[in-house]
Amino acid sequence: MSPLLQVCDLTTHLFTVEGVVKAVEGLSFDLDADETLALVGESGCGKSMTALSLMGLVPDPPGRIVGGQVLLGDRDLLQLSEHEMQKIRGNEIAMVFQEPMTSLNPVFTVGDQIVESVLTHRQVSRRQARERAVELLDLVRIPDPRGRFDDYPHRLSGGMRQRVMIAMALACDPDVLIADEPTTALDVTIQAQVLDLLGELQGEFGMGVILITHDLGVVAGIADRVVVMYAGRKVEEAPVDDIFASPLHPYTQGLLGSMPRPGLEERLREIPGVIPSLIDMTPGCSFAPRCAKAMARCREEQPDHATIGDARVVACFAAEEEVAGRGLAVDT
Amino acid sequence: MNRTFLAVRRRLLQAVPVVFGIVAIIFLLLNLSPGDLVDVMAAEEQISDPQVLEQIRAEYGLDKPIYVQLANYVWNIVHLDLGYSFRHSQPVWDVIVERLPATLILMSVSMALALFIGGLAGVVASIKVNTLYDNLISVVAIIFFAAPSFWIGLMMMVLFSVKLGLLPVSGMYTIGGDYSLAGEIWDVTRHLVMPSFALGLFYAAIYARVMRASMLEVSGLDFIRTARAKGLGEKRVAFKHILRNALLPVVTLFGLQLGTMLAGSVVIESVFSWPGIGTLVFEAVLTRNFPLVMGVLLFGSILVVIANLAVDLVYMRLDPRIELR
Amino acid sequence: MANPVTEFWRRYRRNGAAVVGLAILCVVVAMALSAPVFFPTNPLRLVGPAELWPLTDARFPLGTDSLGRDIAAQLAHGAGTTLIIGLVASLVATTIGVGIGAAAGYYGGLVDDVLMRFTEIFQTIPNLIFLLALVAVLGPKIEHVVIGIGLISWTSVARLVRAEFMTLREREFVLASRAMGMSDLRIIVTQILPNAIPPVIVLASLIVAGAVLFESALAFLGLSDPNIASWGGLIGEGRLLIRTSWYVCALPGLAILLTVLALNLIGDGLNDVLNPMLKNR
Repeated sequence: MSPLLQVCDLTTHLFTVEGVVKAVEGLSFDLDADETLALVGESGCGKSMTALSLMGLVPDPPGRIVGGQVLLGDRDLLQLSEHEMQKIRGNEIAMVFQEPMTSLNPVFTVGDQIVESVLTHRQVSRRQARERAVELLDLVRIPDPRGRFDDYPHRLSGGMRQRVMIAMALACDPDVLIADEPTTALDVTIQAQVLDLLGELQGEFGMGVILITHDLGVVAGIADRVVVMYAGRKVEEAPVDDIFASPLHPYTQGLLGSMPRPGLEERLREIPGVIPSLIDMTPGCSFAPRCAKAMARCREEQPDHATIGDARVVACFAAEEEVAGRGLAVDT
Repeated sequence: MNRTFLAVRRRLLQAVPVVFGIVAIIFLLLNLSPGDLVDVMAAEEQISDPQVLEQIRAEYGLDKPIYVQLANYVWNIVHLDLGYSFRHSQPVWDVIVERLPATLILMSVSMALALFIGGLAGVVASIKVNTLYDNLISVVAIIFFAAPSFWIGLMMMVLFSVKLGLLPVSGMYTIGGDYSLAGEIWDVTRHLVMPSFALGLFYAAIYARVMRASMLEVSGLDFIRTARAKGLGEKRVAFKHILRNALLPVVTLFGLQLGTMLAGSVVIESVFSWPGIGTLVFEAVLTRNFPLVMGVLLFGSILVVIANLAVDLVYMRLDPRIELR
Repeated sequence: MANPVTEFWRRYRRNGAAVVGLAILCVVVAMALSAPVFFPTNPLRLVGPAELWPLTDARFPLGTDSLGRDIAAQLAHGAGTTLIIGLVASLVATTIGVGIGAAAGYYGGLVDDVLMRFTEIFQTIPNLIFLLALVAVLGPKIEHVVIGIGLISWTSVARLVRAEFMTLREREFVLASRAMGMSDLRIIVTQILPNAIPPVIVLASLIVAGAVLFESALAFLGLSDPNIASWGGLIGEGRLLIRTSWYVCALPGLAILLTVLALNLIGDGLNDVLNPMLKNR
């Protein structure tokens, strides 16, 4: 069965006064229906720009998608006109944003904003749309959904607003849900609730979910597969258990090292150095300047994606050597 | 509706000291004016007998200490007694009320023009930002923002009345014109075109600039991206989600400028001999009819207070975040 | 960042429109300064035939008005009047506004309440009618006109200064000054005010523009000082001639327009230099 969403070689650049920022560079991944894929990396690694590229919402100027394909079924979304894309946004692909405090329009009631989503894509009466909105508010576990319907966003807490955002995204039963750091702005206890909710809804709706986060802790409980991004590129991809059990890429290892884990008293290790400027990219691996395992080759040549076993991908010369040493098949 | 009621009550309570302050300032001005009411009266009525004058002074309480006079003045105002205009042989209140409709018509049409033209220009400029349209609108706006309104009025008069003969030069009615209702409305409309544009274009220029800046600012906010992510078209995003939020600063500015606009109508009315409060106060200043001048000042101020209240209510409807403290 | 003047000019220059504004203003100032040289006699003197169209007589390049007075001379002398009234009125307005705004913002509480109500009074009163009444009561003298315009123009300064003071008064350097036992007045003048000045300068330049418009309206209505040549006054006298000699109105109006335009453009330019954070709004 072919995957629900196929991203091939997606490349998005920002044309700024200072130069061309290569925000997303040759990114490829698949998303199956009924699967949660986590897109992980530090801020500024191109995760959010990837999400906006999939939605066709890259701010132009300065941004532009300069290459690649985004296949939803057999349609390449990048070839669609703006008008055709509008029919897909919020309908087949929906998105939940990072900032629930500012992502809802302050002058309309939350109910009206959900109704608007329904009416944009469904030929139903206003009353039916209203019923659907109340149903959705109930579905995202908002108490007294009928009462909350007429509330303005400023009356709701951050967690409640994020639930409203999720309800809005689910309004038209999307095939793909992109959640961009959906819990980053929330309190820790609320974070867990919202993540659980997303997990449950993913099963109920049978959607493919792309969860974007900088926090591997969020990934563990909810994702099926993980794509690690660094400086606009995919550096590693693996099933979630493998990522935690045996991270291959030095960057992934660094991310795990900087993650607090219960029971471990050892001090958190930070990855030394900073993310490179995405403007003046060096010819070699972009992680090389911060990498403890970097070799001479790493500074001259960009490592290709190597497939390891049947489900893992890594782009690192050192990792390839290690894996080969262990006698596993490496296919470049 | 409870929220509305509370807001109205709070604003009215706040307005009381303001109105009282205005009354005090006007009273001060009246007392600064050379000669008192009786001198004016004497000049108008040609009374010269000092005994009669003293009698009138006593009758009006003008021989009492100043604070008693202020108290009397306030007492009279509360009873809608703004004094007497000897020139019109009518109470000041009646003279003003008689001239009020003409000014209200001019004001409301000018305001509507300013909001509509300015708002539309600002929206267009923001949607077509940094294009020829945007630049053109900016240049026109900055010119009308700098031009004196009375001069715009005169230049329109030269062009549309004197050269092209399209519109009547001045006044509000054509004497001996069509007296049917439709004919009268058409007649007044024709007379209204130039004065309302002359008064409104300055404010249209301001609103265009504010609206453009406000639209651009709102269009960069997170919830606009949410609206796009829903699959809304650009028109709907602009006219529903951006516009509603971008209107707020324009409405605030509109409320702040009501007084200025009412005052601006003095000049425009006198340019076009529009028979409203503006020409009335201008004539009153020329004839040194101070009770009438101060009456108009007070009446105008209270009009502004009431209009401001209405603007506040509109603002509350537009912005649900305004909660009462 | 070598010389602050050079640096200022380097940043101001980036706004092309503001440079144009400055150039226009320089021409107006030059006109005002050279008026006594080129037109040494009283510009309100009758010097030639009435209603002479511009460019018809070399002696009167811009023509004459209804009484045969030289329009060029009146424009040149009017430039000075306009600029001085505008500047002084703006100074008056800024002084009142800074005083009231600073007190309201610094002390807050009851003082703030009272002063803000006071500000609201002047915001509510229809400003030009108040100006007419004031000048009518005090008499049409240039100093009364200036004070009157100042009195109706200060509210925006007070609101701005109040807002600035309310944020600045909580800052560390102010708290430190207070802990050192500095008097309120000294804190206001030496500590907070210098930090609040840049936006006030921008607003003051816009108030000059507004003052020029107020003065022209007053003069147009014939209620300004009748013994001083002024652009608005010339339009007021010319309005009776619009059927035949409309240039008498058009020329001084154009002069007002260009001057006010220049002042507004300069205000925008100053804003770009002095409030760089607000630039992208």
